[in-house]
Amino acid sequence: MSGRRRAVRAYGLAVVLLAAAVLVGAMVGAADLDPLGTAAALLDKLPFVHLSSGLGPLDTAVLFQIRLPRVVLGALVGGALALAGAGYQGVFRNPLVDSSLLGSSAGAGLGATLAIVYLGPSAPAALPVAAFVGSLAGVAVAYLAGAAGGPGTSTLLLAGLAVSMFLTAVQTYVLQRSTESIQQVYTWLLGSLSTATWHQTWQVLPYLAVSTALVLLHGRHLDVLSVGDEEARSLGLHPGRTRLLVLAGCALAAASAVAVSGLIGFVGIVVPHAVRRLAGSSYRLVLPLSLLFGAAFLVLADTAARTVVAPAELPIGVVTALIGSPAFVWILRATRSVRT
Amino acid sequence: MAPHPDRSRRTPLVRALTTATALVAATAALAGCGSSGKSGSSTASTAASPAAASFPVTLTPSNGSVTVKSQPQRIVSLSPTATEDLYAVGADKQVVAVDSNSNYPAGVPTSSLSGLTPNIEAIVKYQPDLVVASQDTNGLVAGLTKLGVPVLIEPAAAKLDDAYQQIEQLGQATGHTTQAAKTVADMKSKIADTVKQAGGNHSDLSYFWEVSANPYYSATSTTFVGQVASLFGLKNIADAAAKASDGGYPQLSQEYIVSAQPQLILLADNGANDGGQSPQVVAARPGWNTVPAVKNNQIVGLDDDVASRWGPRLPELVSQIAQAVQHASTASAK
Repeated sequence: MSGRRRAVRAYGLAVVLLAAAVLVGAMVGAADLDPLGTAAALLDKLPFVHLSSGLGPLDTAVLFQIRLPRVVLGALVGGALALAGAGYQGVFRNPLVDSSLLGSSAGAGLGATLAIVYLGPSAPAALPVAAFVGSLAGVAVAYLAGAAGGPGTSTLLLAGLAVSMFLTAVQTYVLQRSTESIQQVYTWLLGSLSTATWHQTWQVLPYLAVSTALVLLHGRHLDVLSVGDEEARSLGLHPGRTRLLVLAGCALAAASAVAVSGLIGFVGIVVPHAVRRLAGSSYRLVLPLSLLFGAAFLVLADTAARTVVAPAELPIGVVTALIGSPAFVWILRATRSVRT
Repeated sequence: MAPHPDRSRRTPLVRALTTATALVAATAALAGCGSSGKSGSSTASTAASPAAASFPVTLTPSNGSVTVKSQPQRIVSLSPTATEDLYAVGADKQVVAVDSNSNYPAGVPTSSLSGLTPNIEAIVKYQPDLVVASQDTNGLVAGLTKLGVPVLIEPAAAKLDDAYQQIEQLGQATGHTTQAAKTVADMKSKIADTVKQAGGNHSDLSYFWEVSANPYYSATSTTFVGQVASLFGLKNIADAAAKASDGGYPQLSQEYIVSAQPQLILLADNGANDGGQSPQVVAARPGWNTVPAVKNNQIVGLDDDVASRWGPRLPELVSQIAQAVQHASTASAK
């Protein structure tokens, strides 16, 4: 069956790419660790493998405490963002939807801005919490506003757009009154993994596990929904409930990602589209493959972010946009026939 | 630290577009909202202006040639450093308002005026006959000049001599040349003494000057504070990473900082009271426990304000660094 072969090929490619991305991400960086020693040190961590890396204690600390948590967190964030993007696109049956359109990014931006301006760095733990809460609240308000406007996914999208604009306006107002915080807010808005720690990784993992499971389990339902609500109902599905559940899962995944990394654009749009080109438009494939490719994509983007201008770093949002927008245009041109 | 004067700051967006510019704003603000000044020794010996005869005086601050017609009696300062300078030279009685970041010496007439985004109408309300600022933003000079108010832009000092020159210039502008000269002479001799005591050749000690964390910005030897540290012959880990475009304040990745193994970390964004970094926070950063400065407990929290201004308290900064250098060299000798 060519469909199955295509799926196997896509999964194989995704896994190989992710493994390669992680390895490359771990091997390069501002600290100039010996690449072979680094690879050996990583393999040494695998069960039943005993290798001597030849890395000194300093290099080991740089690798395992600064670089590797960043690579792992980048993979988690990228996977979550791409999965959320794919899920949103399934819910709205619109290939252009992303968390930036649904009040999620704007809500997170406002939450983070309020935390930075009013709590300052004195409460570093407040920033991810505020971004997380803001992101969920943004989607919730957009959903309620959209639901009040009657049925239909386009109402929800327009409501999301209106809510985003409103939240962004409030954010601008707050910033205008506190010019001192602009640099910090600006840095956050462009996204960064530069402060990644293992602690953050463990913190975000349960949220991502729950939301990912929730979204992945609904792949088949999204496929049915894509045929139309009437048909879905006739097959015994509750379109409204399915949408709400997937929406909630996506919102949670995106909010968790945003909370630890700031706003990173384009992953949620570019990756699902690339996956569709590779594996077709069935959500049973698009969702898990987006997760894997999103992870690989962000690890590579972050590797570029921290090596291109080393020892300085680029905001990762700049890298994803620089790579993402041309890639997106190319994908659009190449796949005009593929529907969601 | 030494921010660059910036003329393009119109909206937050425009400002945000240049990270360096925004960084400067952030650090300047941090400096301002920092420790509320310790009750300082106001060096006020308000000379009954024997120099009144020397007006009008023409000065050449960074905004060109400016003439002050008579001894100013209503000075507005929009720069914390200029405020400290004015008080040090004995012009305190003439100062009617200072910007919201000016917090030293104790008792300065702090107002809600902003030096970062100055509002000309708000400044004019104080009917100033002299305005001093560190940068010409929001059309400050053009606007006030139209109203006949002389403005002196005293930008962040690039060299120690710039700092001295500004004090002397403000002394001239306010009719306190003698005390300005004395202030400068005092500073110079204090700094020379401190350097002599701590030794000026510590090329074996490398240091990391942390301007801000997340992202990590540093200051190279070419910056004002870098030159202050160079008085002791220290080696700066940021120098190798400097580019022409970063104006002496390169951004560094954690990996780079840790692998550069500095023996001394000087925190300019210090102080629990304004939520900055503390030696404890630095020591707790993952992976930093391999840095000699962390291992030997040589992380020094500088006074934010002193470390970011180029005024009469420079000798304090020099002596804070001197102490750190002395500790670090004993620690590394062990």
